[in-house]
Amino acid sequence: MSTRTFGEPIKRNEDRRLLTGQALFIDDVELPGMLHAALLRSQAAHARIRKIDVSKALQRPGVVAAYVASDLGDYWQPGPILVPPPPIDGIIFNARTQVPLAKEKVRHVGEPLAIVIAESRYIAEDALDDIEVELEQLPAVVDLEKGLREGSALVHENVGSNVSAHVRQTKGNYAAAAAKADHVIKRRFRYEHGISSPIETRGVVAQWDARANQMTIWDTTQAPVFVRNGLAGMLGLNERQVRVIAPFVGGGFGPKIMMFYPEEVLLPWVSMKLNRPIKWIEDRLEHFFATTHERGQIHDAEIALTSDGRILGIKDVFLHDGGAYDPYGLTVPINSQCTLLGPYVVPNYDSTFTQVFTNLPIVTPYRGAGRQHGVFVMERLLDLAAHELNIDPVEIRRRNLIPPDAFPYNNGIIYQDFSVLEYDSGNYEPVLDLALDAIGYKTFRDAQAAARLQGRHLGIGVAAYVEGTGIGPYEGAKVQVQSNGKVSVATGIGTQGQGHFTVFAQIAADQLGVAVTDIDVVTGDTDQFYWGAGTFASRGAVVAGNAVNEAAKVVRKKALKLAGDLFECSEDDLVIENGRVSIVGIPEKFVKLGDLAKQANPMRGAVEPGTEPGLESTQYFGPKMGATANGVHAMIVEMDPQTFDLKILKYVVVHDCGTVINPMILAGQIHGGVAQGIGNAFYEKLAFDDQGQLLNASLADYLLPTALEVPRMELAHTVTKSPLNPMGIKGAGEAGAIPGGPLFAQAIEDALDLKGRGVELLEIPLSPSRLFELTRNAKG
Amino acid sequence: MDTDDHDVTLMVNGVKYQRLVESRLLLSDFLRHNLALAGTHVGCEHGVCGACTILLDGEPVRSCLMLAVQANNHEISTIEGLANKDGTFHPLQQAMHDHHGLQCGYCTPGILMTMSAFLEENTSPSEDEVREALSGNLCRCTGYQNIVDAVMAAAERMRG
Repeated sequence: MSTRTFGEPIKRNEDRRLLTGQALFIDDVELPGMLHAALLRSQAAHARIRKIDVSKALQRPGVVAAYVASDLGDYWQPGPILVPPPPIDGIIFNARTQVPLAKEKVRHVGEPLAIVIAESRYIAEDALDDIEVELEQLPAVVDLEKGLREGSALVHENVGSNVSAHVRQTKGNYAAAAAKADHVIKRRFRYEHGISSPIETRGVVAQWDARANQMTIWDTTQAPVFVRNGLAGMLGLNERQVRVIAPFVGGGFGPKIMMFYPEEVLLPWVSMKLNRPIKWIEDRLEHFFATTHERGQIHDAEIALTSDGRILGIKDVFLHDGGAYDPYGLTVPINSQCTLLGPYVVPNYDSTFTQVFTNLPIVTPYRGAGRQHGVFVMERLLDLAAHELNIDPVEIRRRNLIPPDAFPYNNGIIYQDFSVLEYDSGNYEPVLDLALDAIGYKTFRDAQAAARLQGRHLGIGVAAYVEGTGIGPYEGAKVQVQSNGKVSVATGIGTQGQGHFTVFAQIAADQLGVAVTDIDVVTGDTDQFYWGAGTFASRGAVVAGNAVNEAAKVVRKKALKLAGDLFECSEDDLVIENGRVSIVGIPEKFVKLGDLAKQANPMRGAVEPGTEPGLESTQYFGPKMGATANGVHAMIVEMDPQTFDLKILKYVVVHDCGTVINPMILAGQIHGGVAQGIGNAFYEKLAFDDQGQLLNASLADYLLPTALEVPRMELAHTVTKSPLNPMGIKGAGEAGAIPGGPLFAQAIEDALDLKGRGVELLEIPLSPSRLFELTRNAKG
Repeated sequence: MDTDDHDVTLMVNGVKYQRLVESRLLLSDFLRHNLALAGTHVGCEHGVCGACTILLDGEPVRSCLMLAVQANNHEISTIEGLANKDGTFHPLQQAMHDHHGLQCGYCTPGILMTMSAFLEENTSPSEDEVREALSGNLCRCTGYQNIVDAVMAAAERMRG
């Protein structure tokens, strides 16, 4: 290959297996002698456990075993803190992590009480009905504010309150800035993000092989290396004895990185105990309770401005629903706190949050990971300010954008990766202008007026955001030329559809002069690559991608050196392309890469001291901090003022994620993110009652957007390279999903002239019925 | 144990199978675990997501909402039978590859089965018709746009 593939819309290597039904997903793992697990889950959100008796279940033909918490002995331990609290002065963090099976108390609906192992899943599920359970119901903590009041029921009595964490971060002096301000605007905002709901639920298959002294675990995890290390420790095995494979995973979006889910802890233990392979596949009902959510925050926020609309400062005090346990530390609310600042100059910032324990399922990051909440507050504050100051909403944003010569731009507070929140690079105004051009901002008001004459209600929204991506600590990759000339690339991260089999191949292909289709990428198998962190925070392409690049560069050097020795020429006189190394200008004088690989592993003869065998290299890459991507979304909607039916007429995304590896795959990431943002803004709402029962736990009631709700999207990109990695790339996985909330609120307000009628949309998700409630008493 | 087993005989992708199955066994589980045709995926088991869609006598149905015994004496097509015998892609598979119509690929078999039947019925659909036909299949990765483009392209190619 002499043409570069990097930056080209190369079609995906992984497609054939997926398109023909030959890709291995977790429930496709079939093993001789395999047993099946089902879990009995609490139907109460908060209750004391009086009795769990599995004896009748054990009598059912086909049932092999059943366990409750006490059966686990010393193996029963609360899970680890996945992300420790960041180094922020005065931080309070009360760590209370989930357990494999509830003991004494249950703290959310769906928390497992017992596990049944049977010859078939059907029998295991039947046996759940045989288990006798007595629960003493306790009042449930569901409302964040009530949960913090004196006398509230306590999710964890030994914390003494329902405070999971409390953090204040400041920059400058907000009070002084507000005192000088021409305008201070204050509102209460509510933002809820729902569930990721991948089409494949979670699953675990564990196989203890006593003869091989080896544990193999197939797991729908986004972080196989951490799962291996953790389970080896828990099971008393060496890490070498545990192999974790994340096979093809049917969507993740964040919750599949949570660890350790109870099933991940239980299945390997049971497999060792019974010396049989065990499978557990989550069903869709379980997924609504047993997989983590993201959920809600309540913000009391204020913005101080000059009369010409310049931001002097922002103060925000918010509550974050942490759920029943807090294994993921503070990642979600810290993201909200940091991302609120957006692409704007905010000289003074005073932000305090309290993470609240509730009797609801655990909260961990879901695509956007709290960024949506912060962006909603900032963008709505700017819309309110624009209205009050009588400035165009786009103009007020433009006046406050960080100028291009201000980078790197230090925001002075600590981000989720424990680094100072510093934007590495950016050029924001062209992104805004491109989006305005694409949506037709200049001509929209005329079109809107003309449509209104025909009785049609059109509205426009424009929202801007930044996204911290590609955080450390590190990833690694092994690049190896096989003797058949094909190249193997292995990395430790898991993959859930992001196109890693192709983008990593593109990176290696360009260094090694081989076809993308001749590069076999392996992800998520701890026996193929030992080290790594995982797929999260839009970091796969940035961090693992750069590791692939570094390793491929070393292999290229090795190949050139070997060929130089062979031809007795300088490496500068060699060219590497089409799977061969040849002498410049003499293409017939060549050696195949595969032959060099063979020579690098000789059967006889002496090699020079210090020579490593094989045409391979393992390299690691760790950025000193995350790279900050940015974007602007713009949307035109048409609303039915009676039914509040909403139709998106136009949706524009302009985005800057640095150097683009594969624009086709990038567009797919944006498309999918936007669809999830649309769901979050207008269709998806987790409806809990005051006892912590989820009232809409089915896909018929919790509405994922279909092809009828998601419009055609127009995409454009600008490129501001990141200085933090040699390829200049930034992450892109979450960008599409982030600004949907403020975009919908703005466009709907505009379409229905809600500002003129005294209605402000200060919450997400919205829906036709919610809009009806909010507007029923409005003027006009 | 209940002994509620029944003989079923059916054709799947042109191959005849005879099996003894429990009456309550879902068709989706039967295909995946008894016949090892695991390309049919299960997403919700309540008939909403469409991932388990197969063709029963040429009509798309959700295999999670049928029992295996109900498929007795019927003909079934699954994703494993969609490509041509020589391994080349069905035009819809090719178009999905060309247009990046899949990411994690989990919903893809159901979408291919639904839309291949749709294109048999409607050889020159409008984009709105494609979206309507696709609306019974949930995809959480792609935002549908590239799937819609792929179906339109496949329709054009199949018209020749």
